Amino acid sequence: MIQRALFIFYLACFAVFMFAPLLVMGAAAFNTSRFPTVIPWQGTTLDWFRAMWADAAMWHALWTSAIIAAAVVVVALPIGTAAALVLTSLHARARSFAYAVMVSPLLTPGVVIGIATLILWRQVGVGGGLALIVVAQVSFISCYVMLMVIARLQRFDRTQEEAALGLGASRGMVFRRVLLPFLRPALIAAGGLAVLQSIENYNTTLFVRGFETPLTVFIATKVRTGLTPAVNALALVMIAAAVIGAIIWEIRRRAR
Amino acid sequence: MSHSVELSGIGMTFGTTRAVADVNFKVEAGEFFSILGPSGCGKTTILRMIAGFIHPTEGRVLIGGEDMAGRGPNQRPTAMIFQSLALFPLMPVWENIAFGLEARGVGKAERRRKADDLLRLIALEGYGDRMPGELSGGQRQRVAIARALAVEPGVLLLDEPLSALDLKLRQHMRAELRALQKRTGVTFIYITHDQSEALAMSDRVAVMSAGVLQQVATPRELYENPATPFVARFVGETNAIKGRAVASEGGIVTLDTPLGSLRGRGSVAAGQGATLFVRPEALIPGGGALTAQIDRVDFEGAFALVHGRLGDGSALTASVGSTDLAHAPEPGAQASFGFAPEHAVVLADA
Amino acid sequence: MRDLYARFGGGLATVFLTLVLLWVAAMIVAPNLMMLDYALRPNLPPAELGGPRDVRSLDNIMYLANEATHRAIFFKTVWASALVASVTLVVCYPIAYWLAQNATPRQLGIALLLLIIPFFINEVLRTLAWFILLAFRGPLNAVLQWAGMIDRPVRWQGDGGVLAGMVYAYILFMLLPIYNAIESLEKAQIDAARDLGAKPWRIHWRVVIPHAKAGIATGCVFTFMLAAGSYVAPALLGSPGSRWFTEVIYNWFFEGGDWNRGAAYALVLLALCLAVVLVTLRLFRVNLADVAK
Ligand SMILES: Nc1ncnc2c1ncn2[C@@H]1O[C@H](COP(=O)(O)OP(=O)(O)O)[C@@H](O)[C@H]1O
Ligand SMILES: [Mg+2]
Repeated sequence: MIQRALFIFYLACFAVFMFAPLLVMGAAAFNTSRFPTVIPWQGTTLDWFRAMWADAAMWHALWTSAIIAAAVVVVALPIGTAAALVLTSLHARARSFAYAVMVSPLLTPGVVIGIATLILWRQVGVGGGLALIVVAQVSFISCYVMLMVIARLQRFDRTQEEAALGLGASRGMVFRRVLLPFLRPALIAAGGLAVLQSIENYNTTLFVRGFETPLTVFIATKVRTGLTPAVNALALVMIAAAVIGAIIWEIRRRAR
Repeated sequence: MSHSVELSGIGMTFGTTRAVADVNFKVEAGEFFSILGPSGCGKTTILRMIAGFIHPTEGRVLIGGEDMAGRGPNQRPTAMIFQSLALFPLMPVWENIAFGLEARGVGKAERRRKADDLLRLIALEGYGDRMPGELSGGQRQRVAIARALAVEPGVLLLDEPLSALDLKLRQHMRAELRALQKRTGVTFIYITHDQSEALAMSDRVAVMSAGVLQQVATPRELYENPATPFVARFVGETNAIKGRAVASEGGIVTLDTPLGSLRGRGSVAAGQGATLFVRPEALIPGGGALTAQIDRVDFEGAFALVHGRLGDGSALTASVGSTDLAHAPEPGAQASFGFAPEHAVVLADA
Repeated sequence: MRDLYARFGGGLATVFLTLVLLWVAAMIVAPNLMMLDYALRPNLPPAELGGPRDVRSLDNIMYLANEATHRAIFFKTVWASALVASVTLVVCYPIAYWLAQNATPRQLGIALLLLIIPFFINEVLRTLAWFILLAFRGPLNAVLQWAGMIDRPVRWQGDGGVLAGMVYAYILFMLLPIYNAIESLEKAQIDAARDLGAKPWRIHWRVVIPHAKAGIATGCVFTFMLAAGSYVAPALLGSPGSRWFTEVIYNWFFEGGDWNRGAAYALVLLALCLAVVLVTLRLFRVNLADVAK
């Protein structure tokens, strides 16, 4: 009994810990106060949403992030898929070594990835900027893609490939018609994850951004140079978009 | 168009495992040919070498008289039906069936038409737009066959295709496969570890043991004239009695055994160790060389199987037709059995 | 390799291999090697590059060892990251256990969705939320004052703020691995232990935790690594007295203008994280394949 009460108290604390910051942040978007807060409440307004909407710099940052995310997906999906396929066709000893190398970016702090990328490319005269952001992000986002594709591959029945070959298909057709459709769900999920990871990334991007300002950098800069609740409005819109997206995804998944 | 298949001195070694050793046989065009042997004896390996999924470490595969060396599975006139069927789960049935045509660049309308024709052939008309996961086991089996037939292969390779089905369906599909083979005239090479399946369906059967070919013969020949002790034991039920040959004349060998002197067909030099094999149905109760203590009698419908123990403790099985059941020995009794020498086979021990 | 060519044919296999080599060589191995090289060379004006003074040495790393402030910040970052990992573990374990063993599928679905919501927005916004909550004249102080728990506003920014922000930011990286690990534990084992008279803490200590150790190790490794490499939380929630090692590194690059020394510091951070990963895996007897899932 006491245990149960304690547990419920813990759950409540946990819920407060998880959601109080979000609620405060969301609520602050509606407060007239120039600095985002909920105390004191100076009046309810939608002005900050308008301010956000009218903020050209914010739109530019969002656009930059979108371009980066798109490029990351286009590069990281093929690399991660290729890595998974190469890995599964290696022999045990070589495989565990290659595997360690290929997952190492996940265990490397983001700032280190950014720094190492920046230093390498400076040698060949490429400075921070869009291209370098993409390269730096791809270097670790490919790991996620690879792991998701490996997980899916483990459930693939290789005799399907033989059956297709036996029916006269070329190796290319086997890949395109049999293996790729099988990997599709994993690739879609990995693509989604890659977009999230790319947009969310700050630590790595910070070092290789050059003069670019993707969304995370934009927000962090705002905090230093003049935070207004317009940023909260943006956060709220992003959460809403994500939640709606998640709900639609879940509904479509259940429908199937 | 059907093709002959010839294996010439073929062998396969995986690392240190010798899976297949020096196998030679020729399958004639249009034949229903089975490869029979216990699990692990190298049957699948042979089939995969014919299909081109693996390449023999020695020897040659000839299909339609042409050497297949260096040709991949997609360049051979063969089609294979896998033990697991390996239907493509994400394609509807008709796309599965037409996959081979797609590989050959046939247009979509033509593919669909051909798929529908084949669906009719396998009695699954109207199932073209279903997914494989929505079919029953027997239906999936038939789709796999149609998919293989769609490419009009010269040789159809079947790897224990019925093993996943239940008994009733298996027997039904046996007849269907056999009829299909007759109708299409395609060469079938059929793998099984079930000897009754091989005997019932095939024109000829190759028996394998531990990677080595034992005998290639018609089912009847295999049953009546096994070439090796392995074949005698593996194909059908038999009783084996060990001994030593003392005389051989006119195709009849006399064997000295612990149970007395026995005679059977064969050609074994006098003095050699040999075994006499006699089928349960060749044993006639009431008077003869073999005396047994009867343990039990199993009634099987058309006949009954009498199980007993011989003087030296080895098992004996005799079969008695239902109509003669009145004369069958009783459990617990002593009974003696005889057999005609031409119904027994004597083979030299290895 | 031969398998790859046999399976996909020359064209595709070559494409795959090229992609993988490009990734491993140009994005993983080369950058780290170049960073190592940088870390070992002095910071020289362009004219002197390749000159007599351009030789490799451990000077940059020794500089860190001898510079008291930076050294202190480094060790503080290490133990504070370890603290973040432990606190996150303690916070997560009960809920992970409950989700994995006791929650109904419905509760589980809702809980997971709710838990993931904060992770749809980025780390910067997650930290910003705490920045607002912990502000000197912010809601937390107001609530605590109203409840009579404090008389005067507390300055949360600093070590406490950084800790809270980091635990919050990385909670999912701890929760999901532990949840996955406990989920694969048969309920019958727990029932059996209870049936044999074991007290709850003993069931956890002897049955659940040993079973979940790979998940716990994974969670700790990731949380530690993320905390040690974090830049946002200390920058937003810290105070001048709670500087983080990554901030020192950043300054070498973009304010001090000494990339070589910055590279040396980054190298030390990388070495620290790899050491922690390897030691933890060894201690928990877990292999890498179990971690990266
Ligand atoms: N790819 C392979 N690698 C190593 N050994 C194999 C391989 N394929 C088959 N073998 C071995 O070869 C022998 C024959 O196998 P198989 O042809 O599958 O037998 P069957 O189909 O008659 O059951 C077995 O001992 C098996 O373990
Ligand atoms: Mg087999």
